[in-house]
Amino acid sequence: MMTIRKTCLCILLIAMATGIALAQGSGISSGYPTPRNGFSVSEQRGHGLYLRYCVYCHGVYGDGNGDNAPFIDPKPRDFTIATFKCRSTPTGTLPLDSDLIHTLVRGVETSNMPSWRPLSDENRDDLIAYIKTFSERWKTEKPGEPIKIPPETPVDIASIRRGHDLFEKVECWKCHGQQGHGDGPSASTLTDSKDQPIRPYNFASAGNDGRFKCGVTNEDLYRIFMTGLDGTPMPSFADVIQPNDAWDLVHYLRTLQVNRRSKEREVLKAAGGPTTLKTPENKSENNSPANSTTLVRSGGR
Amino acid sequence: MPTKQMLVALLTLFVCPHLLFAAGTVSGKVTYTGTPARQKPIDMSKEPSCAKQHATPVTTETVVAGPNNALDNVVVYVSSGAPDDGQVPAQAVTYDQKGCQYIPHVQAMHVNQELKILNDDQTSHNIHPLAKVNREWNKSQPPGTPPLSEKFDKPEFIPVKCNVHPWMHGYFAVLTTNHYDVSKDGGDFKLPNLPPGKYTITAWHESYGTQTADVTITGNETKDVKFTFTAKPY
Repeated sequence: MMTIRKTCLCILLIAMATGIALAQGSGISSGYPTPRNGFSVSEQRGHGLYLRYCVYCHGVYGDGNGDNAPFIDPKPRDFTIATFKCRSTPTGTLPLDSDLIHTLVRGVETSNMPSWRPLSDENRDDLIAYIKTFSERWKTEKPGEPIKIPPETPVDIASIRRGHDLFEKVECWKCHGQQGHGDGPSASTLTDSKDQPIRPYNFASAGNDGRFKCGVTNEDLYRIFMTGLDGTPMPSFADVIQPNDAWDLVHYLRTLQVNRRSKEREVLKAAGGPTTLKTPENKSENNSPANSTTLVRSGGR
Repeated sequence: MPTKQMLVALLTLFVCPHLLFAAGTVSGKVTYTGTPARQKPIDMSKEPSCAKQHATPVTTETVVAGPNNALDNVVVYVSSGAPDDGQVPAQAVTYDQKGCQYIPHVQAMHVNQELKILNDDQTSHNIHPLAKVNREWNKSQPPGTPPLSEKFDKPEFIPVKCNVHPWMHGYFAVLTTNHYDVSKDGGDFKLPNLPPGKYTITAWHESYGTQTADVTITGNETKDVKFTFTAKPY
């Protein structure tokens, strides 16, 4: 009788141990639903986190068609095409993991994407690992080489003037408006790559923190217009603006953030305010071709 | 092995020389039946530097029809049987922005062939190919700046747009063959220099989709192929 009991106990223990091992392997032990097979441990954990935090907007298939998507503007990112707005890499290339992590930490200004700062570093790494499973591109392509950003040039009125000149010449105002209010002549017709209407950034809407869609620092702003925001109408200017001259544009754009206290605004105010920038030759609603040496010119490369 | 191949080539040259030097042509016409969508006039008044380049108002180009139901801007290409797959032409193809229009409206090219994009306008454009198989990118091109040099490494029909001028729409047809033509001047197309063999010819139109036809070239001959698309009124 004792032998039969011992045998039954042994079988029960073995069955329990097998069950626990299987559960651990499938991710049940993490408390999250069982993921698909073939995932790494990090992807499995990321899958659970995704179902908890991301699926309502980005959808089960990562295509941006979650239950909340119809009520969200702009639409949630579609991970299946692996096109990302906020990158340190050139237009048309995959971002670095660190770019995606920064987006998670920061959130995306003027969208419904919140900051996920409360998540742990490990959680964020796992989420990035998981969202990369939605597109084969991550298996066949490498992320782009980050653009090189030279040290910031001094903020002075000459730099702001040159930045204003660039703003006119590369026609940022066509979308962002002359005052940077996001009300340029093309603003109302803009659509993203999925044909959804999209508004250009309104510089005046920024508070004292001066946040942009992809960051808050001058370096972030530099990166935005030199890499472009892929999937949106915002193009890359890396082929037409010299790296050092890009700082001039950064300094001028900062002056458009009228609700933010900044060195750029102080320098402009001391020089006489925005009207000092409006010299006759650069009031360029006249559509005259650019003739500044600061643009990359034909035959000049 | 090379000696054996040379022997076969020499033997073929003696027995049936026309097979070695023969090159056929597939030519024909693309037409439509039904009523094509009416093309809408484009209002370029917001871009005076472009508007003044057009004596008569420009219309959209999603369907460019000619006399006798001819259909232009159809990419006709050898989709199978072409002997030169993988040979990338050294010469670049060009895509111009002039008068706030894309010229040509549809530009065909070989995979990995250089594509030069020009801006001949006095205004900034942004070139935004909405690729799905290749990488999507978006670059600004102010007036007077150098041509952009690009290439696509996978076959795809890629819509192209300028976000600043929303009426500007075009296509890149990235193919794995050099035997292609885009129908023009009344729907005509011509695919010359085809060695004897069996080919599948595909015709692609941005609004009406694709059609295929099988053709066998046996020597120095011209095979006539007609493609007829069914036009949709909207």
